[in-house]
Amino acid sequence: MHNVLTRFDFVLIKHSQNTFYSFIKQLNSNFENKCFYFRNFHFVNFVSICFNTQNKIDLNKKNKTIFCKHKSLHNYKYSICNNSYRNSDYIAKMSSEKNVKKHCEHVNLRGENCSVCNNVMESKESKLENGLSNMHSYDYDYIVIGGGPGGMASAKEAAANGAKVLLLDFVKPSNQGTKWGLGGTCVNVGCVPKKLMHYAGHMGSLFKLDSESYGWECEKIQHDWDKLINTVQSHIHSLNFSYTVGLRSSKVKYINGLAKLKNMNTVSYYLKGDKTKEVDVSGKYILIATGCRPNIPEDVEGAKELSITSDDIFSLKKVPGKTLIVGASYVALECAGFLNSLGYDVSVAVRSIVLRGFDQQCANKVKTYMIEQGILFLDGILPKKLTKENNGQIKVLFSNGNSELYDTVLYATGRKGDTQGLNLQTLNITVDKNSNKIITDKYSSTNISNIFAVGDVAFNCPELAPVCIKAGEILARRLFKKSNEIMDYTYIPTAIYTPIEYGSCGYSEEKAYDTFGKENVEIFLQEFNNLEISAVHRKKHKKAQKDEFDIDIGSTCLSKLICLKNEDNVVIGFHYVGPNAGEVTQGMALALKLKVKKSDFDNCIGIHPTDAESFMNLSITLSSGLSFSAKGGCGGGKCG
Amino acid sequence: MAAMAVALRGLGGRFRWRTQAVAGGVRVAARGAAAGQRDYDLLVIGGGSGGLACAKEAAQLGRKVAVVDYVEPSPRGTRWGLGGTCVNVGCIPKKLMHQAALLGGLIRDAPHYGWEVAQPVPHDWRKMAEAVQNHVKSLNWGHRVQLQDRKVKYFNIKASFVDEHTVCGVAKGGKEILLSADHIIIATGGRPRYPTHIEGALEYGITSDDIFWLKESPGKTLVVGASYVALECAGFLTGIGLDTTVMIRSIPLRGFDQQMSSMVIEHMESHGTQFLRGCAPSRVRRLPDGHLQVTWEDCTTGKEDTGTFDTVLWAIGRVPDTRSLNLEKAGVDTSPDTQKILVDSREGTSVPHIYAIGDVVEGRPELTPTAIMAGRLLVQRLFGGSSDLMDYDNVPTTVFTPLEYGCVGLSEEEAVARHGQEHVEVYHAHYKPLEFTVAGRDASQCYVKMVCLREPPQLVLGLHFLGPNAGEVTQGFALGIKCGASYAQVMRTVGIHPTCSEEVVKLRISKRSGLDPTVTGCG
Repeated sequence: MHNVLTRFDFVLIKHSQNTFYSFIKQLNSNFENKCFYFRNFHFVNFVSICFNTQNKIDLNKKNKTIFCKHKSLHNYKYSICNNSYRNSDYIAKMSSEKNVKKHCEHVNLRGENCSVCNNVMESKESKLENGLSNMHSYDYDYIVIGGGPGGMASAKEAAANGAKVLLLDFVKPSNQGTKWGLGGTCVNVGCVPKKLMHYAGHMGSLFKLDSESYGWECEKIQHDWDKLINTVQSHIHSLNFSYTVGLRSSKVKYINGLAKLKNMNTVSYYLKGDKTKEVDVSGKYILIATGCRPNIPEDVEGAKELSITSDDIFSLKKVPGKTLIVGASYVALECAGFLNSLGYDVSVAVRSIVLRGFDQQCANKVKTYMIEQGILFLDGILPKKLTKENNGQIKVLFSNGNSELYDTVLYATGRKGDTQGLNLQTLNITVDKNSNKIITDKYSSTNISNIFAVGDVAFNCPELAPVCIKAGEILARRLFKKSNEIMDYTYIPTAIYTPIEYGSCGYSEEKAYDTFGKENVEIFLQEFNNLEISAVHRKKHKKAQKDEFDIDIGSTCLSKLICLKNEDNVVIGFHYVGPNAGEVTQGMALALKLKVKKSDFDNCIGIHPTDAESFMNLSITLSSGLSFSAKGGCGGGKCG
Repeated sequence: MAAMAVALRGLGGRFRWRTQAVAGGVRVAARGAAAGQRDYDLLVIGGGSGGLACAKEAAQLGRKVAVVDYVEPSPRGTRWGLGGTCVNVGCIPKKLMHQAALLGGLIRDAPHYGWEVAQPVPHDWRKMAEAVQNHVKSLNWGHRVQLQDRKVKYFNIKASFVDEHTVCGVAKGGKEILLSADHIIIATGGRPRYPTHIEGALEYGITSDDIFWLKESPGKTLVVGASYVALECAGFLTGIGLDTTVMIRSIPLRGFDQQMSSMVIEHMESHGTQFLRGCAPSRVRRLPDGHLQVTWEDCTTGKEDTGTFDTVLWAIGRVPDTRSLNLEKAGVDTSPDTQKILVDSREGTSVPHIYAIGDVVEGRPELTPTAIMAGRLLVQRLFGGSSDLMDYDNVPTTVFTPLEYGCVGLSEEEAVARHGQEHVEVYHAHYKPLEFTVAGRDASQCYVKMVCLREPPQLVLGLHFLGPNAGEVTQGFALGIKCGASYAQVMRTVGIHPTCSEEVVKLRISKRSGLDPTVTGCG
């Protein structure tokens, strides 16, 4: 290994791994293996290689800065061209510098395979400190395990900051054999397909419940499950493809391999999951971003074999038919919601409360609307045993002794960290026993300092795609860009896509009481009707009507702010139940981050007629005991 | 209609308040009744959003209040109930008809989502109109009930000033009544303007006062005007399947960000609305078969052209409803140009105890929520011991065109004019809503831009969002901007996935960088 140089040539190579490696080989043999360093610069199409003989030069990860900064060109008189595509014109610039003896034979930056720039520069000064790091002793600067939003974002950000990055992703098939491509839960079996199915369900509700009054006659419509699955899956496939391309263009090496940790700097993987093909790679830093997978309880006989999960529903080949959803998580309620809206008979078995951890008043409003739309909630009842009938149906024996036949049983009773097989125990990485999630500190670091975890697999981290993307990017910038930014986990907004949506940010009523004491919390709230729904008198599902007069649905919307009384009513919780909850909540999350006060809401002018404007008009407190149902019917606003 | 005659973003200076110098104590001459003997503490003229808010607020504070409201039928004879423009011929019916049009779009998308609908589904105007009109009538009723609940006396009479404390009201049958009050608030709003100089305009044309109350479909429609009213009406008419043309003389959506405005038009064109740009109508005639023949002139070439339509809708602006008020009897000054009432920052007119709020006031945004807030603050100052003034900065608004446009704060042009090109950084993105992607909808105009100061921490000056649910998206950011949000703070906000509003917190590309602002993938 050479760590000194006076003379360095550099080579610019059009990006192509194979050409690159063969070229290095070639160079090494030509120069008696003096090619001691190379680095793949990302976001750019070129690679620089330096040769040396005498003087020292800093080639650790800082070198990019040295070489890039114009200032350094003067300081060191001669410098290596820097490596980025954008800065490639420095070569030209430098060649005009007086003291640079340059023999630029051929600079063809956009050349096909490779263009060699025999740019011989003599360095009279050797101020460049010896900093040749041990970096090159690893195959990669950064190995990311898991190709979900968090892993990919972190990998790309690291690469953008000059790191050599490997991303390993492999999807273990679900119990039912469902597999998918690159992109993780969000794209394949989470946010994206569920929002599309929610949207399809939402459409159905509009067609069946509202459209006639709006002058469109399409109430007698039928839904084709296969067609929806086709649409959803082909969109997902296009995203899978775009991620592969995205990683490539970001210069992240992607390998479809099932990874495990060997030691703190070595990862081994089975190529395409093939246990006979084990490959070792080394990395300075390792990120675990393997996410979570749905958990089916062990103690329910037949559950693992006969039930599906959210891993399967979005690509389900057969029509779901009469469905039992087990669980009360948002995944459970979202699936129940869209299946019901698409026209299937849906029951939800709930052990205790729905949407644990969310504001319970809002959670119950969501549930009430779902009941009004014909979903049957089996409260306090859980399956004990599942058996398959001859006709293919599943017979479910419940804890209350009843049994019922279903076409599909979907478990959504929670998710556990996908850490099995990662070999964490060998490295003594601390894992939470219940959730199988990795314990991390505020720097996303595990108890091994060069091994990190972000996203759903990190313990106590909200299971949300945008959260792990941000955490992953921030981590990469800390590792490769000298940033000291830390992920801020406060006031993270989220939205639940149930038939009537729910968006929230910050404290729930319950958590606010727990944290600050009930006497210090003031809650402002209002229930009202969405204009577009109430104008056409949306009806309850027949199953939910108590008698012939019980036809109109209850109020669709609830707006609620949780404030701290003795801090000038600073808003610490935002909750909205109603249509377009995600869109409504996003901007409010910004305001909550800015420590918005109730009075700021009051002074902000509404946009009429919207649902979001309701928050600008909240005057009733929960503690007053007054009715918080809005009068009038112009949606969230007031027409006077 | 939640309107916006002028763009209203501004860190001061956009609104012209004329403070009237009044010699206090001299003006006692024409008082009909001495203080304390008058019928009411507060008399509100006009039962629209602003007026009703004032009346209810004052009643809440224990005052004796009356509201007088009277809807002069439109030239086509359309009339409506209590609640003013917003409820009857503005925001509410237009948003509902906009929703009907959006549903039409969903029906076209339906097959992609597995819904089997026999296409094309025809639209039934009568059914929609019935639902919309019934809803409006229920709101009229609701307003009556609310006034009753709060013990506000309501008179369905046409009011005019007798003197500065007394108003004479004429009821439908011609019966007259005199009402006196210590304080009077004028909130009569505005009405659509007719281009009376154009032959046949008044006889054959309709306005936004009529469109929502038509029993039958307007059929092939020519909308004249470039206001947001014109574009919204043309948008929903196109959306429910009617052949619709918009005639614009100069620029669309004057006062709004012009890049956004032109994208709104682009989208409408791709959505099926036809545009006649740079044209001005010269006459309207009724043909023997009942159709309307419109003649117009191309303003650049001077060439004349004609077309036949079933309906001609004028949406060329609004005029304040001040003519029949006899303002001069009370001594209330109006602008000689616009006939709007001149007020100071306390909503006070040239007469100390007479105030004006809402669309009838010179230089104020024609928006329901601003009228309501201005009214409530005014009443709190009058009767509640408050001194809070209405802040007209950073008022958000949304135009409900087929692709909605929400904005708050400065337009790009205005930011540049105020701070200089060098000091303004604009972040922008072309995004594709998830629901559009799979339905194969064109998302070329789904666009968001944030106008910031260039100097760190890059204070946000304005936000412009073109896409579905723009109103819902914009509201929260308006709050953030009101709280003084910087670009850095917006970037630190975690997104909600998958939404359109998360594109705002992911805005990385500045216009200055020249990089492609197209958002790819998801996440």
